[in-house]
Amino acid sequence: MVTADGLRDEHVLLIQCPYCGERPEPEFVYGGQAHIARPQQPAELTDQQWTDYLYRRDNTRGPHAERWRHTHGCGRFFNALRDTTTDHFLATYRLDESPPRAPGESAK
Amino acid sequence: MRADVRHSFPDLTMQPFSALSLLKRGLSGQRGWTAQWRSPEPKNAYDAIIIGGGGHGLGAAYYLASEHRLGSVAVLEKGWIGGGNTGRNTTIIRSNYLFDESAALYDHAVRLWEGLSQTLNYNVMFSQRGVLMLAHSVHDMQVSKRHVHANRAAGVDNEWLTPEEAQAFCPPLNIGDIRYPVLGAALQRRGGTARHDAVAWGYARAADALGVDIIENCAVTGIVRNADGSVAGVQTTRGPISARRVGVSAAGHSSVVMKMAGVELPLESYPLQALVSEPVKPVFPCVVMSNTIHAYISQSDKGELVIGAGTDAYTSYTQRGGLHISSHALEAVCELFPMFRRLRMLRNWGGIVDVTPDRSPIIARTPVPGLYVNCGWGTGGFKATPGAAHVFAWTIARDEPHPINAPFTLERFRDGNLIDEAAAAAVAH
Ligand SMILES: Cc1cc2nc3c(=O)[nH]c(=O)nc-3n(C[C@H](O)[C@H](O)[C@H](O)COP(=O)(O)OP(=O)(O)OC[C@H]3O[C@@H](n4cnc5c(N)ncnc54)[C@H](O)[C@@H]3O)c2cc1C
Ligand SMILES: [Zn+2]
Repeated sequence: MVTADGLRDEHVLLIQCPYCGERPEPEFVYGGQAHIARPQQPAELTDQQWTDYLYRRDNTRGPHAERWRHTHGCGRFFNALRDTTTDHFLATYRLDESPPRAPGESAK
Repeated sequence: MRADVRHSFPDLTMQPFSALSLLKRGLSGQRGWTAQWRSPEPKNAYDAIIIGGGGHGLGAAYYLASEHRLGSVAVLEKGWIGGGNTGRNTTIIRSNYLFDESAALYDHAVRLWEGLSQTLNYNVMFSQRGVLMLAHSVHDMQVSKRHVHANRAAGVDNEWLTPEEAQAFCPPLNIGDIRYPVLGAALQRRGGTARHDAVAWGYARAADALGVDIIENCAVTGIVRNADGSVAGVQTTRGPISARRVGVSAAGHSSVVMKMAGVELPLESYPLQALVSEPVKPVFPCVVMSNTIHAYISQSDKGELVIGAGTDAYTSYTQRGGLHISSHALEAVCELFPMFRRLRMLRNWGGIVDVTPDRSPIIARTPVPGLYVNCGWGTGGFKATPGAAHVFAWTIARDEPHPINAPFTLERFRDGNLIDEAAAAAVAH
């Protein structure tokens, strides 16, 4: 049970910043789905392709590659693979790395 | 169309409620009530299937049967009815949205709420106790006043109160001695709350009486299509069921279900939290919302304070949410209402809300013939339940939108016709 004014910061997710190590979630800002590249030639896209780039996200139920920024720490962006059914962080990795394979996922 | 049409219940197994029947059962120890709806086995085929047994799905099935006289309708629910966001929300009802399209949609719902207990012969405990939305900064005041003016121009009630008037309307409110003092408030007197479970149960009971099959513990696992691409039916954990029309009302799981038919939606699913305190005597007369310091609160008829917190920063399907999110809401509540500082919280929980880029819903046909979707209600779809269900049933029955939901298409994101309540309000409930 928690009292109205008795909550503490310890009760939060711990996220492994690739540069600083494990830190509490409120130090971080979520940056949405990872690995979405801005189209090189926007003018050549169809309306639907541009819509997909702007608005469509995978909204994955399961392992999700996503961006985070350690805003109140080193300030750097990195990527994470998190299972959205458990909020368990499977891995964190640098922006220039490709996502590690989720457990159980077969090589394509 | 009248909002308060009363439908007769041909199925005699259902006992209509009346003051007399309540009194009789009360005097005989509440014995002798029969089940309020059947628990049928799924049939092989229906005229229409609704995926998702929340208020929106059950309501759509009810209106398909009552207003559109569809022969056979089933609602498929993977868990128990009302176990999703319908049973997890803080039940705030209001229609003071900024844009004409939204005000029309939400006010359609409020007008249906006003007659709903009569229509369904089930007390949904709709209480128009007023929704007070606080302003704490010059920006807040400008935005709120803009809402008040836009609403009044659209025929939706909303009024501006000074801090003293706000405190007179809600005596526990601390307007002065806080970090972000209350500078004024917008009040919608027709707004209020309703009993969430009763909405699901009332629609279920009334739909069942009209022959709708409500099938619980039945998860849809696939959407079957004909060679021409149109809908042929669904695969479920209780076997295949065919239907030419399928309506999806799966809230936080809408993208998961629609992907079964290859339809991608502009949705992201986030946990949204709420919590209730230990029950106390009636002390809180209305609903209060503060978008700026983020808290909203009302008191249930049982006496619990019902407190809404925010969404997590990240997408998730866990129906939990971080503790620092609800902690933040409690800090705001304690600041606004110092008399609640010593209250203990009894329960907290989360629900998964499906958020669109413009924070307006999608109630529409889809690229797949025979497949319809009602989703994207995000953090604020309970208030819309009767209205959304009503126009969704219309869309399914006629294969074209009702004028009220015509702007709420999937294509608006491509065509640039956003209904941008996201820019209009920091939070929407
Ligand atoms: C904490 C919280 C507070 C909120 N506060 C408010 C508020 O104050 N005011 C307001 O207006 N709104 C509020 N909302 C939003 C509101 O609850 C929702 O927008 C609304 O209830 C959605 O209703 P629904 O019937 O579409 O969804 P639900 O009640 O979630 O129903 C969807 C159903 O679909 C089922 N389903 C999913 N996948 C499948 C499948 N594959 N097969 C079969 N069934 C499936 C689910 O089990 C679920 O029962 C709040 C939400 C939360 C979580
Ligand atoms: Zn760091």
